[in-house]
Amino acid sequence: MSSPDFLLKGSTVTVVVLELHQYVPDAFPGLLAERVAQAPALFQGSPVVISLEPLSADDGTAVDLGGMLDHCRDQGLRPIAFRAVPEALQSAATDTGLALLPAGGGRGKPLEMPAESAPEAPEIKVRTEQQPVSSVRPTRTITRPVRSGQQIYAEGGDLIVLAPVSEGAEVLADGNIHIYGALRGRALAGVHGDASARIFCQHMDAELISVAGHFLLSDALGDSILRKPAQVSLDGDVLSVSAL
Amino acid sequence: MARIIVVTSGKGGVGKTTSSAAIGTGLAQRGHSTVIIDFDVGLRNLDLIMGCERRVVYDFVNVINGEATLNQALIKDKRTEGLYILPASQTRDKDALTEEGVAKVLAELKQRFDYIVCDSPAGIEKGAQMALYFADEAIVVTNPEVSSVRDSDRILGILQSKSLRAREGQDAVKEHLLLTRYNPARVSAGEMLSVADVEDILAIPLLGVIPESQDVLKASNQGEPVILNSEALAGQAYSDAVDRLLGEDRAHRFLDEEKQGFFKRLLGGRG
Repeated sequence: MSSPDFLLKGSTVTVVVLELHQYVPDAFPGLLAERVAQAPALFQGSPVVISLEPLSADDGTAVDLGGMLDHCRDQGLRPIAFRAVPEALQSAATDTGLALLPAGGGRGKPLEMPAESAPEAPEIKVRTEQQPVSSVRPTRTITRPVRSGQQIYAEGGDLIVLAPVSEGAEVLADGNIHIYGALRGRALAGVHGDASARIFCQHMDAELISVAGHFLLSDALGDSILRKPAQVSLDGDVLSVSAL
Repeated sequence: MARIIVVTSGKGGVGKTTSSAAIGTGLAQRGHSTVIIDFDVGLRNLDLIMGCERRVVYDFVNVINGEATLNQALIKDKRTEGLYILPASQTRDKDALTEEGVAKVLAELKQRFDYIVCDSPAGIEKGAQMALYFADEAIVVTNPEVSSVRDSDRILGILQSKSLRAREGQDAVKEHLLLTRYNPARVSAGEMLSVADVEDILAIPLLGVIPESQDVLKASNQGEPVILNSEALAGQAYSDAVDRLLGEDRAHRFLDEEKQGFFKRLLGGRG
């Protein structure tokens, strides 16, 4: 059974983002070197997205993108893309061959640097952030039965199953799980710790149910719940199952 | 265009080979040229059920390896016009089945036959996966008991994820449920799952229900597909199933306990 030569998939990776607030050609290499020296292992060969978002419109025209990339590469960084390139720099950015990403909405948190009383470098701030390849994480909807031995995971969102979940099958979601067929297998909601996640099903006959790591086995399901519509939620540290 | 039908189950001993023989024969009886392939390399059985075990010279693996031509390996059935058997090798194992080899043989068979029935080995490993990989339709043979139903559920999951149709994103493999060894009296007594229970769990269309019957064992031992015995209820049930497979509408029979007549009771009636 040969697998296909390749698969195209959406994926989320964490990358270092270099936010450029202003570009002073003479100062940049030194400031960058200083910054990288604080955590050489972290930056060595690290992919970097260069965000031009914080640049004011006037500075935008003056940046020598090619030169800046050279400086980055000298320090062992691997620039992979520009983000939020201003109008005036579009063609220059395209010429560098790097990918151009749209503006990111400014999420992300400052990268934790090894504690040292290094002088602040106001021009360059390095931040990591989740770089969403597809920016929305839609609810995952399954229309066919989930069979014994199959596992379905809705990463980052809710899962809706419009068919039965068989014994020996497992459905997981970072958010809520809704099952409109019979639930005979395992259902785990909030697998990354979301305690507010819930499981809703039309026919509760689960082997195991879990919310944020708190689980119950089928023995714990009373007759008032068994094979009936039910919901599962986390009440403090106790998993509660109630009829719908 | 030839249709490739896999007869599969996950669990062993539920009646895959019996059903392959009966359905293949039924298709040929209705005028469709049909070949039944035994994918159970190393545990060859189809030739026994079809009563052609003494006529096996070359086998499926010989053809895959180019040691024999298809014409040399195909065994013409003596009872039913237009029916051929491609036996498995008894001296090899499942690793002899390569995707390229199976694809090549199937492509050649597709030129000659209307239906290619693949008799799958039990399990979910390579042999079973090769048998179902190229299928257009799947007949999932299930006995009315929980372990068989769960294994059928598992094989349905594999059909959805590992068949060529699934891999290439074509229309899904068409699934049929064939419930064998059904005994209405034991269902009433709560010793067996009912048709409704099994349908509820597997959620695929019902192709047929074959009643548990001594005739099936007798037919196997005689090397004569039970569908040829039109007296036997199991034979009639297989005939109905073949008609349904060909798109005809047939009401399901043999689902309820037979009312035993006085004489039958006296003679210790048999199913």
